[in-house]
Amino acid sequence: MAFNFPAFSYIIALIVDAFLIFFSIFHVIAFDELKTDYKNPIDQCNSLNPLVLPEYLLHLFINILFLLSGEWFSLLINIPLILYHIHRYYTRPVMSGPGLYDPTSIMNADVLTVCQREGWIKLAFYLLSFFLYLYGMIVVLIAA
Amino acid sequence: MSNLPPTQYNNIPVPPQMNPNSGPPVSMLNQQYGNVPPSQLPPGYSSLKQDANSNSPAHLPTAVPHSGVPHNMNNYNQSASSSPAFNQPGMMSQQQLGLQSSPLRTPIKPSIVPVNSNPLPAFPPNTTMSTSNANNPSPYPPNYNQQQRQVNENAPPLIPSSQYQPLLNGPPGPVLPPASSQYPVSSTAFSAPPTMKPPNSSASYAGSINAPFNQGPPINASVTSQLGQLTSQPNMAFSVAPRNSPLLQGPTSSGPVFNGPALGLSQSASVPPGLSRPGINGPSNSLAGPLPLATQPSTFGPPSISGPSSMSGPSPIPGPLPKLGPSSMSGPPPLSGPPMAGPSLMTGPTTSGMMPPRPAAPVNSLPMMPPASSAPKQSQTYLGPPRNGQPMNPISANNLTSPQSLPIGFPVPQTNQMGATQGPLSGPLGGPPKTNIQNRYPPMPQGNYVNNQQPMTQQPMMSKQYPQHSAQALTQQMGQLSVTKQGFDQLWGHQMVDLMQCRHILPEYPEDPPEIRLGHQFADAPNCSPEIFRCTINRIPENNSLLQKSRLPLGILIHPFKDLNHLPVIQCTTIVRCRTCRTYINPFVYFVDSKRWKCNLCYRVNDLPEEFQYDPVSKSYGDPSRRPEIKSATIEFIAPGEYMLRPPQPAVYLFLLDVSQLARETGYLQVVCDTLKNSLDQLPGDSRMQIGFICYDAHVHYYLMSDGLTRPKEMTVLDIDDIFLPSPESLLVNLGERRELVKELLTVLPARYSTPGVPSSALGAALQAAYKLMAPTGGRITVFQTCLPNIGPGALQPREDPNARSSKDVAHLNPATDFYKRLALDCSGAQVAVDLFLLNSQYSDLATLSGMSKFSAGSVHHIPLFKASRSHQAAQLQRMLSRYLTRKIGFEAVMRVRCTRGIAIHTFHGNFFVRSTDLLSLPNVSPDAGFGMQLTIEESLSDLQQVCFQAALLYTSSKGERRIRVHTLALPIASTLTDVLHSADQQCIVGLLAKMAADRCVSASMPEAREALTNVAVDVLSAHRLSQNLPAGAQTAALHAPVNLRLLPLYLLALLKRRAFRTGTSTRLDDRVADMCDMKSLPLYQLMRAVYPELYPIHDLQEHTRPDEDPAPDPPRLQLSAERINSTGAYLLDDGDTMIIYVCHAVSPAFLSDTFGVAAFSQLTDDARTIPRLSSPGNARLHALIERLNDDRPYASSVILIKDNSPSRTLFTERLIEDRVESAFSYYEFLQHVKSQVK
Repeated sequence: MAFNFPAFSYIIALIVDAFLIFFSIFHVIAFDELKTDYKNPIDQCNSLNPLVLPEYLLHLFINILFLLSGEWFSLLINIPLILYHIHRYYTRPVMSGPGLYDPTSIMNADVLTVCQREGWIKLAFYLLSFFLYLYGMIVVLIAA
Repeated sequence: MSNLPPTQYNNIPVPPQMNPNSGPPVSMLNQQYGNVPPSQLPPGYSSLKQDANSNSPAHLPTAVPHSGVPHNMNNYNQSASSSPAFNQPGMMSQQQLGLQSSPLRTPIKPSIVPVNSNPLPAFPPNTTMSTSNANNPSPYPPNYNQQQRQVNENAPPLIPSSQYQPLLNGPPGPVLPPASSQYPVSSTAFSAPPTMKPPNSSASYAGSINAPFNQGPPINASVTSQLGQLTSQPNMAFSVAPRNSPLLQGPTSSGPVFNGPALGLSQSASVPPGLSRPGINGPSNSLAGPLPLATQPSTFGPPSISGPSSMSGPSPIPGPLPKLGPSSMSGPPPLSGPPMAGPSLMTGPTTSGMMPPRPAAPVNSLPMMPPASSAPKQSQTYLGPPRNGQPMNPISANNLTSPQSLPIGFPVPQTNQMGATQGPLSGPLGGPPKTNIQNRYPPMPQGNYVNNQQPMTQQPMMSKQYPQHSAQALTQQMGQLSVTKQGFDQLWGHQMVDLMQCRHILPEYPEDPPEIRLGHQFADAPNCSPEIFRCTINRIPENNSLLQKSRLPLGILIHPFKDLNHLPVIQCTTIVRCRTCRTYINPFVYFVDSKRWKCNLCYRVNDLPEEFQYDPVSKSYGDPSRRPEIKSATIEFIAPGEYMLRPPQPAVYLFLLDVSQLARETGYLQVVCDTLKNSLDQLPGDSRMQIGFICYDAHVHYYLMSDGLTRPKEMTVLDIDDIFLPSPESLLVNLGERRELVKELLTVLPARYSTPGVPSSALGAALQAAYKLMAPTGGRITVFQTCLPNIGPGALQPREDPNARSSKDVAHLNPATDFYKRLALDCSGAQVAVDLFLLNSQYSDLATLSGMSKFSAGSVHHIPLFKASRSHQAAQLQRMLSRYLTRKIGFEAVMRVRCTRGIAIHTFHGNFFVRSTDLLSLPNVSPDAGFGMQLTIEESLSDLQQVCFQAALLYTSSKGERRIRVHTLALPIASTLTDVLHSADQQCIVGLLAKMAADRCVSASMPEAREALTNVAVDVLSAHRLSQNLPAGAQTAALHAPVNLRLLPLYLLALLKRRAFRTGTSTRLDDRVADMCDMKSLPLYQLMRAVYPELYPIHDLQEHTRPDEDPAPDPPRLQLSAERINSTGAYLLDDGDTMIIYVCHAVSPAFLSDTFGVAAFSQLTDDARTIPRLSSPGNARLHALIERLNDDRPYASSVILIKDNSPSRTLFTERLIEDRVESAFSYYEFLQHVKSQVK
């Protein structure tokens, strides 16, 4: 039982993943608020947009750790999400600041549904990967 | 008439009396609810009388109550129980909070402003003006205080509500027609109160309306004299920095422009509208109202005519087949013995508000129905709509209206069918062009009669659809369909048309949308006018899978702020609304008992307030269903204090004028300033109205018109990257107090910027400055832009590739930057709307610039290649602008659209900002703005009887009143695919598809949008094929469509050939984008005219004129195909923007001399922009036609005369959209294409 780099990666990934879970919960709540008219879309976008890039970067960060530590399976699982993030940000509406969400189009029912579904799916994914990382960490620690 | 707003509503005939007992005077009473006595209007109001758009009843000065009599009309104020506030949490305050963090809001930093060290040499050095700032009265109302906003939330309107007490806000007026059926004898009581409009008061209208006009606005003789002193005017040395250059020197030649003559002109231009609306049309209609009653029996065949023997006598079709007459008349069942002269009678107050699209026609046409032969086509037309209440003679009833007498599956005799189909083309489709109302509000008979009516409507269509040579088609069709089936189809209104066989598919006269037939409980409830509110499918599919099967888009189009003349206005302390969903009480609610009502949107049972029991018409208690709220589907409330988030703000107008080099070359400034000067007195607003001007080129120029100045003073700010306001309180000035200064400024501005300037335009900076200036009060910013803004914030790069103008895929439809969008959102939060006039001569990136209007609920006006030296363009701008300036306006508006549970709004189309799922934020709302909403069905509706939509528009009128305009539309449910397809409204579908396609172009790509449009036709026809079990498209020669969707492929093809969506033809990107903006925001009737222009033959106008009644000819429409263009004819093509008069070379000289005053074709001036006015009858007819066409649009279209050998004839020929052009299908090819794909 030794503390090596893969184990370190998994520990970091666990911590980061907890944050990501919080991000996606916030995301889901925010869009629910939009749907039920509690919030003004301008305010909501202003609070959501600053969080988009941090989330993407955090996710990218743990995958770089996986890459460096050679945890190919964990990396493989995350690659589709990375690609989706890149695609999503590449096709974002024209805006000057960082972020994804445009207050003028966000109230479209399609966009709302897509965003909310995205939030739930990500939440599920991060939750599952949390347990995966936990498992991976234990395996790595035991194997070592 | 040019700047008349559409007057669709001002000439409704008073609904003919259903009940013969009710005396004629009753019909006079459907005037206004809220006649404001002038004495109680805010000061300055009288100068606004010319604002014919105003729906506040100011143009009825005769209705002034003389005493306290009206007090008893207005007992709504009894209850102090307050209704809960409008359900919009934190509307203003949230927005304001958001603004604090806006990147655009930078603190005013006067100290860093550089000095304009380079004043224009033409101006004398400045001297000092000391205390100008100190003395300036604040432009903001004294009672407005940002810090106190929350305190002010419940503040009363600025005009104390007590002032409104005497208003005749109670519904005495428009409610009356329906009331008359309830109280047949009470007419005398109605006319008793002095507030009532006396029936015959047209003369007094005229008098009283003239009075304010004659006084005229003060003519500033003083201005000219002041001009002389201009040069010596001292200028202030502004301590801050900006250097002030004196504006102008010397008397200018433009002095006379706004002297007497100009004013006189503007008055004469505006008086007739003012007069004609309330004065002529209104009263004369009410006068004429009873007339149809009197005369109709003779025209519409009372029993005397309709005897079996006189069958051909009343026959409206004097054609070769007299027996067709009855067939196309196919009136109501024989039961309806007494002449049902007035279907619209039942319609109640709404009807009186609903105007047919063209003025005066229905009124006139009804009584004047020629006995038989005076005007062949017209007479057919008017007898066309079966529901005009035609007591059938027995024979005709037997002939074709069999369903009435034999409601069960009576197979319509085929021989008659054939006869009908072979009849003359002129069979009226859908009846007279102006009977929307009558068809819309038919006197719905009870019970199963609903079904029986269908075949009667369809009958005339059949005769139309199968013109001369289509007998073969019919035989073919009959080969496929059994006789019985056809009979049933007719019975249920499920007729089909074979598109491939039917060449003359366009109805000659406008058609009504499919009728809405509610269950018998609400059969006679007034529904909202289709001109205001309409749905793509008039029977909502009961669940989503049915909707998907039909492949139709589900959505509503709404024109919420349309100019209405007869609008019930109500003032009461408690506006009755559902406690759960906040729906306003409407004609479709269910009264559980006299104390409770059940909401028709959420089905909650609510209590009725005590005062709702009071019927203001009969002044009695007891029956809540007599209330105007229940009698009219369109109604306006004067909102109590809790509907305000802050006190009503003054009307504030700010004009941003581009004065860069390109702008100076176009010379637009002169036109704009002259028009503005002439319209100053007609700007909507009360005495607090403020106005300001900012010019910009490479710098931003402000104009101070503060107290103590005798002429406007210019200040230039050089730092455009960090814009600031030099002297905020004197930039926006009260128009009433500073009228002279404003006029002087408008006089000197064009000359000031006539010299060559800098070739750069700092629009972004100017907009930021304007936003800062306007943010405290809200209002309207009007931007005149002529070139690409290329300096400072919001600078843009030219993106268009001129070589790719005709390529398949169109790039750069997206904005290049979100600067303008963010600015618009900030503006929207501050209740400021930005309207853009783009007068560009080169690429200006409208795709980006339009963002400033799109999201701030503004409007985009585009005149490409504008040069003021081209007089027709100058005239067009002048007409456009004067309509824009004088039309009604609502500030701080929000519109909420509520739907029955189970239906949700998916997407909004139009210019606005969507603030929540069903709430649109509209800083300004104008009568020319239309909106569209796509709907989704989220839950099954099968257990419902009907689906309701309610649009509530809350706005502040220009007089500072908070008002709520509520429109309610109820639609029945359909459970079968056939029902859905046969109740689709093709025009509305095309209107919605245009909006969706414009969105698709931006979000996806142009080819995808075009393909989607084509697929709509394919999908719908496939769905129809499935529902009817017809063979697949590839297997037969026929392409069947439901009769009500038969124009869909044609309209879709027209849409594909619009500027917005066409490919293969060189189209400037800005034109394309401007067209898309139009599609998104035009009301449907304007959009349809743009999509499928109207083509009229004008060489035989005489045949279509009935000089004894309506001087305006009413020619039939032609399809847009070269095959309809005869070389011996002359044609008028009207696309809403331009009317092209196309004269072919072989036209008869008699016509030329009669109409244009020239002897030969060669003498005709090509590209003439006016039609000479001659005294000849032909000329008068043409002018009458043009005027009639111009009547229902915001401003008159320009006219151009083109000869068929002219080089500019492509202007005309490119609009013949049914013909093939090198890159696009012809109509027939398009049908073939669709047919091959129909599966």
